[in-house]
Amino acid sequence: MSTAYQSQLQSTFDVPARAPFSTVLKRGSELAIIDLGGNQAVDFLCYDANDTAKRYSAAATIAAQRNIFLTTGSVLRTQEGAPLLTVVADTCGRHDTLGGACSKESNSLRYGQHTRFQHACVENFLSEGAKWGLGKRDLVSNVNWYMNVPVEEDGTLGIVDGISAPGLEVRLRAETDVLVLVSNCPQINNPCNGFDPTPVRMVVTSSGGGE
Amino acid sequence: MSTTATTHGARDHARAQAGTVVETMPSIPASTWPAPPPDVAPDALTWAETVAGGGYTHKVLARGTRLRLTDVDGDACAHLLLFNADQPWERLNVADTVKVQWNAYLGAKVALLSDQARVLATIVADSSGRHDALCGTSTVDGNTERYGDGAPQGPSPAGLPLFTLAAAKNGLEPRDLPPSLSFFQGVRVQPGGGLDFTGSAGAGRAVELRIEIPAIVLIANVAHPVDPRPDYTVTNLEVLAWRATPSTPDSPEWTHSPEAQRAFENTADYLTARGIA
Repeated sequence: MSTAYQSQLQSTFDVPARAPFSTVLKRGSELAIIDLGGNQAVDFLCYDANDTAKRYSAAATIAAQRNIFLTTGSVLRTQEGAPLLTVVADTCGRHDTLGGACSKESNSLRYGQHTRFQHACVENFLSEGAKWGLGKRDLVSNVNWYMNVPVEEDGTLGIVDGISAPGLEVRLRAETDVLVLVSNCPQINNPCNGFDPTPVRMVVTSSGGGE
Repeated sequence: MSTTATTHGARDHARAQAGTVVETMPSIPASTWPAPPPDVAPDALTWAETVAGGGYTHKVLARGTRLRLTDVDGDACAHLLLFNADQPWERLNVADTVKVQWNAYLGAKVALLSDQARVLATIVADSSGRHDALCGTSTVDGNTERYGDGAPQGPSPAGLPLFTLAAAKNGLEPRDLPPSLSFFQGVRVQPGGGLDFTGSAGAGRAVELRIEIPAIVLIANVAHPVDPRPDYTVTNLEVLAWRATPSTPDSPEWTHSPEAQRAFENTADYLTARGIA
């Protein structure tokens, strides 16, 4: 469903509202994720492209940086602690590691059984992941770019109104060959997408040599 | 000639070792555990074990089982994973657990949720309050950097390789291991998102879980990944489980929150269709 505009070193993909996306980033290349409409959660998983058993771990990433938020300088790590991606630029300020993906099942808990047949990120992850041989066991707690999840002193946590805006961008550098799996979040029951899912833009800039 | 130079001698030597009692070992049968909880009949015990710091254990538990973890000496750190024993691709989902229940911290009445929006286990009692759902467990590389070693049979084992071993003995692979929880070493989130390690609440504190779906339980007792102490510090963990009554709609955990109530309703729906309850 994505539209590609090829140039010599750059590929641009516009991911429609509610749609999945995936690509492999070669080591050294960069992925910019641009929030076109503002406050659009981008659910994001990543894997070592040469061994998908090595995958993003929210816990290992949080423990290594001693902070729950992602921003410039954050390193997304595998469960073994190895770097997959580094955040090299971020005009939004902070991104979520705790909230995970929406699913038809968890929507039934959060909002009621009537939401069970609405679109959800886990459906995107499963269907897009299957193209790469990934299944349910490969899904773990994911990054939510542009999603705002504060934690209060008593531990109260929640998805609240976003701090993003149209045109803000986060830029990631691949530290090894990395498979990225994205769900442009379709959630309509909380403010993670401003109650109006919108498209996002992915710009892959290859490192040049050999590609 | 040594006593083990012959087959008969080696056999006698091996058999003479039986009956040795050490501080960290399972009691089998569990009913032989010397100090059952006051209201628990010895015959009701199904798991009784002391796990050394740096050790791991695992068991498949029936629905309704009470599982009590005790920080015997004040520096245990019980890292926990749960799987639906009948379909282990359904497993603990930490993100859903904290998000659905609107709280990042673990304590009494918190339901430990699966990715299928069901309750694998409920925390029914907690005298510690120092737990963590954010940092997962430790890694070989991290422990090697901090303590000089992280191998599972080395002096400072990391949690991930111990979980990998425990998982393997239940037919599970590394990709079956999601982020885990840990009990008895606390972490709190600061206003800017930074982490504050609050450590242990002291010796003798315990956490009690009720198993809601037949579950594979994996436990690694290892130093917390953000424990700031320079030395690998982790002490014995007591694990006791006994047969008890499953939860009912009258249980306080069911009505603790509307989200928990729906999770228990989803669980009952599954168990009924599956013929388990």
